[in-house]
Amino acid sequence: MRTVTIVGASLSGLYAARELRAQGFEGRLVIVGDEAHRPYDRPPLSKDFLTGRTDETQLALTDPEETADLQAEWLLGIRARGLDPRTRTVLLDDGRAVPTDGLVIATGASARRLPGDHLTGIHTLRTLDDARALREELTRGPRRVVVIGAGFIGAETASSCAALGHRVTVIEAAPLPLLPQLGPEMAAVCAELHRRGGVELITGTGVAALRGTGAVMAVTGALGEGAVTGVAGACGAAGAMTGVAGACGAAGAVTGVAGALGAGAVTGVAEPYGEGVVTGVAGSHGWGAVTGAAGPPGSSAVAGSAGPRGSGTVTGVALTDGRTLPADIVIIGIGATPNTGWLTGSTLALHDGVLCDDGCVTSLPQVVAVGDVARVGGSRAEHWTSATEQPRVAVANLLAGRTVETVCSVPYFWSDQYGARIQFAGRRQDGDTVRIVEGDATAPDGGGFLALYEREGCTTAVLAVDRPRPFLRVRRELARGVGNVRAPSQSS
Amino acid sequence: MIPVCRLEDLPEGESVRVETTPPVGVFHTEDGELYAIDDTCTHQDASLSEGWLEGCLIECPLHAASFDLRTGRPTCLPARRAVRTHRVTVDDGIIHVHLAAEEGSAA
Repeated sequence: MRTVTIVGASLSGLYAARELRAQGFEGRLVIVGDEAHRPYDRPPLSKDFLTGRTDETQLALTDPEETADLQAEWLLGIRARGLDPRTRTVLLDDGRAVPTDGLVIATGASARRLPGDHLTGIHTLRTLDDARALREELTRGPRRVVVIGAGFIGAETASSCAALGHRVTVIEAAPLPLLPQLGPEMAAVCAELHRRGGVELITGTGVAALRGTGAVMAVTGALGEGAVTGVAGACGAAGAMTGVAGACGAAGAVTGVAGALGAGAVTGVAEPYGEGVVTGVAGSHGWGAVTGAAGPPGSSAVAGSAGPRGSGTVTGVALTDGRTLPADIVIIGIGATPNTGWLTGSTLALHDGVLCDDGCVTSLPQVVAVGDVARVGGSRAEHWTSATEQPRVAVANLLAGRTVETVCSVPYFWSDQYGARIQFAGRRQDGDTVRIVEGDATAPDGGGFLALYEREGCTTAVLAVDRPRPFLRVRRELARGVGNVRAPSQSS
Repeated sequence: MIPVCRLEDLPEGESVRVETTPPVGVFHTEDGELYAIDDTCTHQDASLSEGWLEGCLIECPLHAASFDLRTGRPTCLPARRAVRTHRVTVDDGIIHVHLAAEEGSAA
């Protein structure tokens, strides 16, 4: 293998580059990134970066020394627009083509959008540029901030805005925030964090429209279904977004997309890579519903067609219950969609991500996928830890030419909100019982707690609020496959 | 020189955080050695004294970066920068930390 190309220059792409060199690959290494920035860490964007505690230099994932050691060709600020597996070539937006023997797909995911979100004052928070723009706007004095979605990004951003002295309201379509991740009992505890942090939390209500000067964008009642704020791959979310896109058709050329999104799987395929991505390939390869969905997005989906930027300033958010919340700033945190649009027609199997086996290997043995874009062994995780763990295995398999290793980690995520550190590890299922084994989850002043999720006498997952040490111990035991985790003593 | 606690109050395998600026973590290894390092992980804000102590390595509780207590150097990603190390002494049964800056020898 003489040339390996990594498409995606964020966390998992960088880790893949490191692994390639660490595992002895000495050939040509090309790294393509659609952002102009060198790899940076995203988790602080919604937290310390937004509040000004961290600056951009502290976000960097590499230093010049390491960058030099990697001996890679960095093509930054350039999108990949296609993969031709027949000639083993990665096609770039600037017209170039990179012949490659091996490919690592690390294109991540893009923030889900809403019709009308082009209004000034409306933000998503996914990239450094997103965070810069929002941070700048938050420094202009007290604002009324409405956050749509109480998932991790929504909650962390709301927390940061509140810490900066803004008046914040969070809207969550589901009855409780983080319901799919944490289950009802612990989701209720996390809902309380918002209130304790001085933020108003409105749940069980959808967004009907984003209102602005000179524009009203109907969103219909599509957001009424709780799934919209969910994380990775909730097909319910995709279904709900279909309704959104349909409504948006009134504002532009998106009607066709709406139908296509009905497949639920490939929502937003068109968004991340914009128009031109699927030129000439639409419908030419049969991946069932996927191809059908990918054809129309040539029209560039919701954002681009909803109207020109700067045509108005946001004034409020209309809810499906009839209320309208006045807003100077609206932050949309309703999840992300995997950036697979550029792979349409490549023969790779796509379905809410790039389909891979347990070893991150796609349907082509010389192509692996890692991070948010990869659907590994049937599930897709948008977790920092997955993005750092998968590349080692993916690269080993890529260099071996077949799957010789599989990823076998315990899912782990964390979130910092309102001064509390939430950590979760494991695989919770509906119906698992929750047992508080340390601290008190209902204490009005917080103080932290450790909760074990259990099923048939085995521990399936662990949740901690401000209990990092016992959490770490249980997480390690879960990773070792210890089914019956010893409860930490109450005294520790 | 900062008094930390009585030696008997920090059993082997345990650690304690000293609220200096920046905070320092003091570790008593299973082998009976005492070490002190800056407590904040150089990758992201997390307290190393709340981490996982194994031999001379401390694993960050947030993202599993690992540091060698003897040198302060990270032994794996995601941390890339070392933490400062500080000298530890025990006088009359009391653990003391000698901050590196005070001794003019930033490790």
